[in-house]
Amino acid sequence: MHDDRLVIAGREFRSRLWVGTGKYKDFAQTQHAIEASGADVVTVAVRRVNITDRSKENLLDYIDPKKYTILPNTAGCYTAEDAVRYARLARAAGVSDLVKLEVIGDEKTLFPDTAGLLEAAKVLVKDGFIVLPYTNDDPIVAKRLVDIGCPAVMPLAAPIGSGLGIRNPYNLKIIMETVKVPIIVDAGVGTASDAALAMEYGADAVLMNTAIAGAQDPIAMAEAMKYAVHAGRLAYKAGRIPRKLYATASSPIEGML
Amino acid sequence: MTIRIRVPYDERMSNGIRIEVNGEPRGFTGETVSDLLHELSLTTDRVAVELNLEILDRQEFARRRLQQGDRVEILSFIGGGAPRCRNHEEGGSYA
Repeated sequence: MHDDRLVIAGREFRSRLWVGTGKYKDFAQTQHAIEASGADVVTVAVRRVNITDRSKENLLDYIDPKKYTILPNTAGCYTAEDAVRYARLARAAGVSDLVKLEVIGDEKTLFPDTAGLLEAAKVLVKDGFIVLPYTNDDPIVAKRLVDIGCPAVMPLAAPIGSGLGIRNPYNLKIIMETVKVPIIVDAGVGTASDAALAMEYGADAVLMNTAIAGAQDPIAMAEAMKYAVHAGRLAYKAGRIPRKLYATASSPIEGML
Repeated sequence: MTIRIRVPYDERMSNGIRIEVNGEPRGFTGETVSDLLHELSLTTDRVAVELNLEILDRQEFARRRLQQGDRVEILSFIGGGAPRCRNHEEGGSYA
């Protein structure tokens, strides 16, 4: 598996598990979970600095940007305009042109507003960003995003934080056939088998946050996810047997008494 | 076009100017964006600064002077995947 690297826009990634950094108890737990997951890409949000409590620690004190690829998101943005503003602020605060583009359509489901997403993606690609869009499991939107110039697409498995697992494996399969860029299944994974399944279907990577951070033991779950993504990838590359209705004997009949 | 507002010398010395930082009004006796970041003990390489809705390059921090009424936003990276789903926070669970 050493040569099985994920390449997006000329950048190589060692890990096919990407993780978010939200919802942890504290920065130390965040750091331990990320280490246990083996992820080399971590997503972060961009927010106002707390200027009244200057003693507050910085996330980047715990997650070394030299060791990890920091992938800023535009979480919490409900319009294309806001998402573009946050993407530009993220670029100004960081060191790269990478952005995980989110334009949220609805507070209850956190489903993407795909019209706003396409609009924001167009602006940001033109502006030189490497846009990784969080999108619905809609093959047509995925194709449009690639046409605009997104070097990967990130369709959801289920609503963010829901833990429902892959709701529409058939759509994911169609997306994988439709677009020729890496597919990163993002959001909705609940447990290790969901992540393994995503990889077995042929996803190039899986991104998750809540499934790890919200587990009773986040560090153990992070490790479970590492193995699940690895196992799913291996199984995908190995090529599974076809499903059959009836049995096929594994032991030969020949030589029986 | 730059509009210069004259600030009485003694007022500047005693109170400085009034600006808004991250939505909070505050006095400021320094001159530049760098001075403000220094006053707030913030490391320049980890923040983004938006001055009256214009995002500044880091090299500009030392050059850009703040003026009365300026609105400054200072942002940095925090832990995030996505915001919590409202249902989730209310403890609603499915199945």
